[in-house]
Amino acid sequence: MKLIKQLIALATVALAVNAHAAAAPSNEAPDVLVKRISQEVIETAKADKAIQAGDQKKVLDLVESKILPYVDSQRMTALAAGRFWRDATPEQQKALSDQFRTLLIFTYSGALSQIKNETVEFKPMRSDPSDNEVEVRSQVNVARGEPIPLNYRVAKTPSGWKIYDINVLGAWLVETYKGTFASEISKGGIDGLIKTLTEKNKSLANKPLKTVAK
Amino acid sequence: MTHRTSKHLRNAALALGATVLLAGCAGPNPRDPYEGFNRAMFSFNDTVDTYALKPAATAYRNVLPNFVQTGVNNFFGNLADAWTGVNNLLQGHGEAGMSDVTRFALNSTLGIVGLFDIASEAGLQKHKEDFGQTLGTWGVPSGPYLMLPLLGPSTVRDTVALPLDIKGDIWGYKEPVYIRNTGTALRAVDQRANLLNATSLLEDAALDRYEFIRDGFLQRRESQIHPDGDDAPRKPSKDDSAEPEAKPEAKPEAKPEAKPVAAAQSSTPVSSESAPKELNSGAPAAATVSQ
Repeated sequence: MKLIKQLIALATVALAVNAHAAAAPSNEAPDVLVKRISQEVIETAKADKAIQAGDQKKVLDLVESKILPYVDSQRMTALAAGRFWRDATPEQQKALSDQFRTLLIFTYSGALSQIKNETVEFKPMRSDPSDNEVEVRSQVNVARGEPIPLNYRVAKTPSGWKIYDINVLGAWLVETYKGTFASEISKGGIDGLIKTLTEKNKSLANKPLKTVAK
Repeated sequence: MTHRTSKHLRNAALALGATVLLAGCAGPNPRDPYEGFNRAMFSFNDTVDTYALKPAATAYRNVLPNFVQTGVNNFFGNLADAWTGVNNLLQGHGEAGMSDVTRFALNSTLGIVGLFDIASEAGLQKHKEDFGQTLGTWGVPSGPYLMLPLLGPSTVRDTVALPLDIKGDIWGYKEPVYIRNTGTALRAVDQRANLLNATSLLEDAALDRYEFIRDGFLQRRESQIHPDGDDAPRKPSKDDSAEPEAKPEAKPEAKPEAKPVAAAQSSTPVSSESAPKELNSGAPAAATVSQ
């Protein structure tokens, strides 16, 4: 009995430490942080046959454990909702950012299972150490064609640096969703948007990740 | 001579005026006044894609050996490099332009008519520039979004530039014609095959694919013309500025780069349209968000 209690205590501490570890290195420079995350994720994805084969659960786990702790999904949602965010009730805000987060997880997961031989190259930072918001720029070198630019906007928060926007091929994620969010909100209000997102996520959850032919 | 020029100018002005007028009665998105037409084209393209292009591309990817696909891709990519080089030089990007010319020379010869992309391996990065980008670099605004049949997303400016891009396509001069046509089809299938993964991702990510592609495309185009860095440090604050307060002049869709069109449509009497953005880009707005 005592042993079990100790084990539970130990597990709790381990969890707490883990949770902290995720947020702790706030002294880590933003570019170092992004570089570390992306390397970890790519290495895991490349090494894991199950991920390559499109094992949805494994991919989701990877995203949740390695990426999500460093993403400020609430801020992302707030920016994408733009001026409508203020009009939303706290419950709506929460529901919206939860659903948006889930959608992004699915999208990341889809992208991750497509990683093969790509390498990521980081460009020199052009920010001042005192900056609270910086842009980390990188590019993904692919086997064919021109490299894909991949940039991150990272902001300092009390729990360390967090990513709040991603740029793929020159388009910012938040900006790209903004138009859709606005038109959904104009059709059915915030609740309409939440509903659309929820349905989208449901259909994504029921659909197996597309396995990618080589 | 002068008479003719002024006539052209007048025509251009008229066309511009008509565009602005059309845009004036626009729906929700000021950058997409022709949304009705565009959506029709979009669904037409989608149908063609679903029944012809995508199946062909899928078969191409699954059946042909990888090195053949790479060869096809390199071959047409090499031809495109020449036009890219011309455009880079026209844009005043001497270094990039020379690199493209070198790429073309290297790959056409040592790379055996472009089948092997040895230039990339030698560290000469591939670029992609077209005449629409060149016009953009020269200061021509993109104009409204335009969905072209078969060719996909574009803008009014890029469509105007299209005839030159077609003239700059070396493969377009290939004789005999039947080989040219086969090659053109092959190129389309190959390009589509490269996008198969991306489009399946897009279907997952987008709530409304039309809007998602449009908003992504317009940003991407803008970033190609003003590559990262030109305005990068400012951008985050711009996003923030739209967020906490509902400002009449800061429509969420109106990107700062879309100056002429967007400014004309935000229908506020803007004398110096950059002023409100500068005011909004201050720290207070950003601080509200991060808390």
